[in-house]
Amino acid sequence: MTRLILKRLGMMVVMLLGLAIITFSIANIAPGDPARLAAGPDATPEMVEQIRETRGFDKPLPVRFALYVGQLVRGDLGTSVYTGRSVSDDIAQFLPATMELVFFAITIAIVFGIPLGTLAALWQNRFPDHGIRLIAVSGAALPMFWLGLMLQWYLALELGWFPLGGRLGVFDDVPPQITGMITIDALLNGDPRTALTALWYMVLPAAALSLPALAAIIRVNRAEMLEVLGRDYVINAKAQGIGPLRITAIYAQKNAILPSLAMIGLRFGWMLGGTVLVEGVFDFPGIGLYAAKAAVSSDFEPIMAVTLILGAAFMFTNLLIDLAYAVLDPRVRNQV
Amino acid sequence: MTSASSASATPTARRPMKYRETRRLIRTYSRSFSSMVGLVIVALFLLIAAFGPLLAPYPEDAYGAVDFSAKLLPPSPEHWFGTDQVGSDILSRVLIGARTTLQIGLTVTGIAILIGVPLGMIAGMTSGWLPEAIMRVTDIFLSIPGLILAIAIVGALGPGIGNAMVALALVWWPGYVRLVQAKTLSQRNETYVDAARALGAGPLRVVFVHVLPNCLSPIIVKASMDMGLAILAAASLGFLGLGAQPPYPEWGAMVSTGRSYLPDWWWCTLFPGLAIYFTVLGFNLMGDGLRDVLDPRQR
Repeated sequence: MTRLILKRLGMMVVMLLGLAIITFSIANIAPGDPARLAAGPDATPEMVEQIRETRGFDKPLPVRFALYVGQLVRGDLGTSVYTGRSVSDDIAQFLPATMELVFFAITIAIVFGIPLGTLAALWQNRFPDHGIRLIAVSGAALPMFWLGLMLQWYLALELGWFPLGGRLGVFDDVPPQITGMITIDALLNGDPRTALTALWYMVLPAAALSLPALAAIIRVNRAEMLEVLGRDYVINAKAQGIGPLRITAIYAQKNAILPSLAMIGLRFGWMLGGTVLVEGVFDFPGIGLYAAKAAVSSDFEPIMAVTLILGAAFMFTNLLIDLAYAVLDPRVRNQV
Repeated sequence: MTSASSASATPTARRPMKYRETRRLIRTYSRSFSSMVGLVIVALFLLIAAFGPLLAPYPEDAYGAVDFSAKLLPPSPEHWFGTDQVGSDILSRVLIGARTTLQIGLTVTGIAILIGVPLGMIAGMTSGWLPEAIMRVTDIFLSIPGLILAIAIVGALGPGIGNAMVALALVWWPGYVRLVQAKTLSQRNETYVDAARALGAGPLRVVFVHVLPNCLSPIIVKASMDMGLAILAAASLGFLGLGAQPPYPEWGAMVSTGRSYLPDWWWCTLFPGLAIYFTVLGFNLMGDGLRDVLDPRQR
């Protein structure tokens, strides 16, 4: 197990370097002047020249790449040309909100996706199966941003069931910042009411964000369940008189859930990207909204930093999923 | 792939066998209700993309015609989907936008195939450092959420529909490398490949005449799915203001503009979004159906 972890960590370092090469290439090889990009669209020629010198854009490519990696290792992600703020500080401020939202969304997707997929498999080709599959195909086809707008319009504006957006209302007490995730900070502060309010504010954005993942999890779990339910050991368990609930929930699910786990990891990464679309709709101050604003105003360094951070987060998730696989499936564990 | 292997027996037996196989595929496909729904939606979408400007009641509205006396009218017999903030007919803009959408889907998927399939064949058929390098680069690309990477590329190139398409194509190809590499790896030691080699076929002939046709069905299935996904991604870029710029009739950009007019003028947002949803749904359902027919094991 230790060997496996070390091997995967080593691979991740290589992948992170590769990721840095990609963001570096986008900034430097793309047509256009990297100093101009970093300086922003409204910079004067003198400002561009100054940036070219201070940031080393006049040096050859390999030297620049080394400088770039050195900068990243020190945790310096550049500065925003619009606010003049350090991008690292901005990300430290906005990332916890996004993480909170994405964790909530993936929880929704898992909590509904696995049982729905299983139910669809149990009632294959009958009425509940058709209904659940309709959710699955629609979830994959609905544009997240549009779904978010429609939910906001109907459930928040028309019915008033949910807040329009943001993380907390103006009159709510913001808990002292510990992790940056309001629900957790509030609980640590012994204030479950604020935690619930924060959760309440996240329901609509998380719902919009989770639907594609929900659809994917339903599909995978349904297909796996269908296959597993026909296996000999399940038939054997049935013959031994073990109750159907125990068979599906424990015997079959144990095998069916592994591919769903891989899908959850993949979808977690896509959700991180999806926050760019959904956070803007609900004015949720996370890294996605930050990236979307930066992209529209051609504020280059924040976009590159967000790409890097989300790529790294995605890689880290995949690492965790791989390890979870190894813990759960002895065949994978013993391969290495 | 029974048709391909049995077809070479005698030239006269070729046509009937081939048609029999095709008929069987069509029969299997048409037996599935959801696949047929997908096919109908896609066919309708293609028709609208082809004849949109003829079908649209006010074609001039798609390209920035302004009529403030008719602005923000609710859906009515004259304007089925209502009108937007400058008085353009939303139905016309949605119909004409279908062509943009089709163009985006085809370009992104097409470029991704053109880059990804050859790289996947090289990675699958050869050995040494080159396939290793191709696969590592592919892995790294696949480990970044695609939408974010596309946004970064558009950020470097500048917003616009052309750049959005380029950016999406640049993040889309690795999926094809992965798919084609896996498929070729499984094919390259098959008996028929050995037989072709033994008969004196050169490496290019083996790849293009023997291996590639056997990789086609998963590529077709993925391409059909990707049409939907690429359309969704392009609409997302349009919504963020990074793709097509208003007043260009693109559905994502229309949702984005309509957003400021919610909730009172809901039709500005509702209908373009529905158009995206149904189009993507159609391609997804068709892709599912094709997979069940062409590639049943991949389910």
